[in-house]
Amino acid sequence: MSQVVELFTVTFLVALLTAGLRLGTPILLAALGEVFAERSGVLNIGVEGMMLIGALAGVLGLIAGILMSLIHAYVTITLRADQIVSGVAINILALGLSTFIFRGVFGITILPVTVKSFKPIKVPGLSDIPILGPVVFQQSALVYIALILVPLTWFILMKTPVGLKIRTVGEHPKAADTVGISVTQIRYLCTAIGGLLAGVGGCFLSIGQLNFFADNMTAGRGFIALAAVIFGRWNPFGVLGASIIFGTADAIALRLQARGFDVPYEFLFMLPYVLTIIALAGLVGKTEYPKALGLPYRRGS
Amino acid sequence: MTTAAEIQKRLRESGIRSLIGVSGPVVAIIGALIVEAFLLLAIGKDPLVAYGYLFEGSVGTVFGITETLVKATPLLLAGLGVAFAFKAGLFNIGAEGQILAGSLAAAAVSLYVQGLPPFLLILLAGIAGMVAGGIWGGIPGWLRARLDVNEIIVTIMLNYVALNLVRYMVNVPMREKSGFYPKTDTFPEISWLPNLVADTRLHIGLFIALAAAVVVYYLIAHTTLGYRLRTVGANREAAEYAGIPVGRSFFLAMAISGALAGIAGFGEVNGVHHRLLDKITTGYGYDAIAVALLGRTHPAGVVIAALFFGALRVGAITVQRNAGVPVAMIYILQGLVVLFVLGSEVLNVLLARRLRRSESAS
Repeated sequence: MSQVVELFTVTFLVALLTAGLRLGTPILLAALGEVFAERSGVLNIGVEGMMLIGALAGVLGLIAGILMSLIHAYVTITLRADQIVSGVAINILALGLSTFIFRGVFGITILPVTVKSFKPIKVPGLSDIPILGPVVFQQSALVYIALILVPLTWFILMKTPVGLKIRTVGEHPKAADTVGISVTQIRYLCTAIGGLLAGVGGCFLSIGQLNFFADNMTAGRGFIALAAVIFGRWNPFGVLGASIIFGTADAIALRLQARGFDVPYEFLFMLPYVLTIIALAGLVGKTEYPKALGLPYRRGS
Repeated sequence: MTTAAEIQKRLRESGIRSLIGVSGPVVAIIGALIVEAFLLLAIGKDPLVAYGYLFEGSVGTVFGITETLVKATPLLLAGLGVAFAFKAGLFNIGAEGQILAGSLAAAAVSLYVQGLPPFLLILLAGIAGMVAGGIWGGIPGWLRARLDVNEIIVTIMLNYVALNLVRYMVNVPMREKSGFYPKTDTFPEISWLPNLVADTRLHIGLFIALAAAVVVYYLIAHTTLGYRLRTVGANREAAEYAGIPVGRSFFLAMAISGALAGIAGFGEVNGVHHRLLDKITTGYGYDAIAVALLGRTHPAGVVIAALFFGALRVGAITVQRNAGVPVAMIYILQGLVVLFVLGSEVLNVLLARRLRRSESAS
């Protein structure tokens, strides 16, 4: 046990939090996108699949994510089919497509294909602040973008006319329709933003972190993003907090695993899921869904 | 008073309805095969050759048929579970976790319970798997009933809790005595489910799954519980008004749904692998959702859909070996099938509406 305690020096903690933020970034990106979608009333459990496609597409991740999300949008908004089933289908489809394309291009190999990764960029001045500097200001570009997107998402949703429209559509689509807001348009837009950010999140996973693509490499991170949205209560800042907690839990688990400690790190991997169930069960306050979440809108019904 | 003409009309109507019901999935499968064909052409493969191997590998040989049945068994059980919950208007996305929970409990009984005759040991392992799956499904059911917590999200989350739990168990407490790999020792042979065909992996679990389909059909169509679940699923307010205990119905629907998936987990460890490993289910629980949907949540439909998905899984290996097409092609096919079923359902609604309109006009 003393060996474990020795680990918790300042250097170690800084490295841990840095890794936590880095590991939390793909979750944060996808979760911010999902905040848009869910706030407009579209539940997209296909985030996992959209991230996976984004991971394969790399720098084209955002386009791949949008394309996948448009399938979801067409099926659920235009055809008004079930959002859950569509999401499940998209996850299966994305697993198939990404592996199929990857194997089709690179052949059936065992070794992962590596790619060049993003380099960390030091922010002049800020990167020298003790602890905060190395944790926040010596990351790669996508981490900064994700962090900037947090207040931006909050501002768009809470302070702009578009944000008001999105929230109205998600809470009370009929009222939105009555005052002339196009429910279809807003939901398409938000679902596409969700796909875009999930795709970028996936791209960060393959290019920004692991430097390779492997079959099913997202391994549940899309579902953690869904969890982060609920745990963060559909609020971008809450989602940021959740992503950092989940990312750091991941970082601790990976370190314990790498050093071969005889501790059950699997329980740390469980943490995001267990915390989300606890949050949902209302043990830490009441969870309020957007009221029209998951419901298709049909004019005049 | 019903006239002969009216009966005639009603018969014709129900005939058309059931024709639409069956044609939807068939049209969806054909549509998916056509889209997939273009993808195969895009990577320079002949779709007809690939589909030929898909057919040959899955049902062209005795071994292929037995393997198809082996894969169809867990898909059928878990698919029945998803369909059962669906009758009560609930989405069980957690069959994957419930299979894992069931396999863990069945493995614990098979490895550690001693001194029982084979039949009782297998029975106990099966019950343990069923109960564990039932608990894993019952938790979200209970949360839904008591606290109105969305069962979809909870079942998804519990999948990963179960996965990490099984990983821990096979890595540490239940790890094989000698080996390097994260898996348990082989179970004692008396706990193995009997084989149906010598030198194949086909085990008696297939009959358990088929029996489960009959039981589920009976439960839904001919019992008070089934009637209550269907009423709750069709109209919650009306069910409450009629004095049906909605909460208890939610809990029971999810617990029974999970129990069915738990039996699938038992079948995988006691019938196929004879040990527990963390890759005991390769997405059976997620495919089960597609199976339930493709089978239109009717037990007979689920049987057919499970056989079809099982065949795809087996045939894909032959396609990869002989035509160099990645196994992943079947996941594209499955995803497309589900999307097309969704699309065809919308078409059905439109057709039904037109049918009604033309009737009221005449």
